[in-house]
Amino acid sequence: MFGNLDFDVIRRSLPYLFLDGMSFTLMLTGLSALGGLIFGTLIALMRLSGYKLLGRIAGLYVDFMRSLPLVLVIFWFYFLVPYIGQWLTGASRPIRVGAFTSSLVTFIMFEAAYFSEIMRAGIQSISRGQPAAASALGLTYAQSMRYIVLPQAFRNMLPVLLTQTIVLFQDTSLVYVLSIPDFLGAASKVAQRDGRLVEMYLFAAAVYFAISCVASYGVRRLQARIAIVR
Amino acid sequence: MIEISHVNKWYGPSFQVLKDCTTSVAKGEVVVVCGPSGSGKSTLIKCVNALEPFQEGQIILDGIKVNDPKTDLPKLRARVGMVFQHFELFPHLRIIENLCLAQEKVLGRSHDEAVAKGDKLLERVGLKAHANKYPAELSGGQQQRVAIARALAMDPIAMLFDEPTSALDPEMISEVLDVMVDLAHEGMTMMVVTHEMGFASKVAHRVIFMDKGEIVEDAQKKDFFGSPRSDRAQKFLSKILSH
Repeated sequence: MFGNLDFDVIRRSLPYLFLDGMSFTLMLTGLSALGGLIFGTLIALMRLSGYKLLGRIAGLYVDFMRSLPLVLVIFWFYFLVPYIGQWLTGASRPIRVGAFTSSLVTFIMFEAAYFSEIMRAGIQSISRGQPAAASALGLTYAQSMRYIVLPQAFRNMLPVLLTQTIVLFQDTSLVYVLSIPDFLGAASKVAQRDGRLVEMYLFAAAVYFAISCVASYGVRRLQARIAIVR
Repeated sequence: MIEISHVNKWYGPSFQVLKDCTTSVAKGEVVVVCGPSGSGKSTLIKCVNALEPFQEGQIILDGIKVNDPKTDLPKLRARVGMVFQHFELFPHLRIIENLCLAQEKVLGRSHDEAVAKGDKLLERVGLKAHANKYPAELSGGQQQRVAIARALAMDPIAMLFDEPTSALDPEMISEVLDVMVDLAHEGMTMMVVTHEMGFASKVAHRVIFMDKGEIVEDAQKKDFFGSPRSDRAQKFLSKILSH
């Protein structure tokens, strides 16, 4: 049955798939993870702060984001961000936002909800004696967070954060709804153009599988190493 | 140096942990606070540097009112060293970094200055060779000595010890107490919550006995060990000194 399959189409499109597609996917994954982590940590700090109102706002945000399908958020943002930009800047026309910027903002906002829960658990895993010791030395709340609590929370949660990033790596393929040529989008384009759907989608699946598997293995190794250090 | 007057503290609306506590620690004085567990002694010592808030009364530390909302608490705390029951070294930092962090971030010392100071103090507690290790690589007794050095690195005007030997194996207690005894002999102002009556009889000037949130007895050392006035202190002493 593989008789009329032409796997050479993969070789021919490799530069396009990886130089354009995969580099886009990796860049989107990396920047989203970084932005999501920073934004997520802020949300976690809001939720854990003594201020009830801040905590409620952060909680609502997290619940809201986690109750929506990602595809919907991607779509929604793509069509809405230009108008929000217009409203914010007071421009006369909707701001032109590229598909990349739009999807990056979406993923940062979306992932922040998940990362914030991870960081919240991480911060709560630090014994209360640690910030107490930091305070006793004269460190302010901000300094205690920055030098004592967050570094430990981050280190304790690193395996979970990376696992979430692997999920994010797979989720970025959803930007196909904006017809952005990420890795899957690029593969899909070639597949349509050359009529090689089976080959290209098989190959795309294999690549996602291989990368995620290797990354998961790396996370497990890291987890073992962190466990020893503690 | 430390003036505690009529301090009342409640957990929740009905549970009173501190009842009208009044005492003081003079400059250069070593005061031991003892009493059964749950008597509020740790809570009291944590009120001194405002790690625990209290609702009534006042504490004055070197002329500064601790429970005044206008007081710059981080600045005040930086001047009082505190040693905790569970050491509370920062596990993600090397020993020397544990000693340098607050010196640099709070006191604004240069890194070289902080390291020099840290090295000197590590030498003093006999742990200079461990400067580049992480806390988890040290024994409990060593960690507690590092914690004392870390507090001393801030050049504190007084030291608070919250059951510094309670989490230690018996053979490690003396190495920590030795450091504390040296410190007391040097004239450091110290408030020490402990069950180590040997330490109390050796270096304390005064002993405070607490029970159920109250200061039951506040006496000179020889009076306390000679003839405690209250029944409760007598019972407590007979229990812990009988072995």
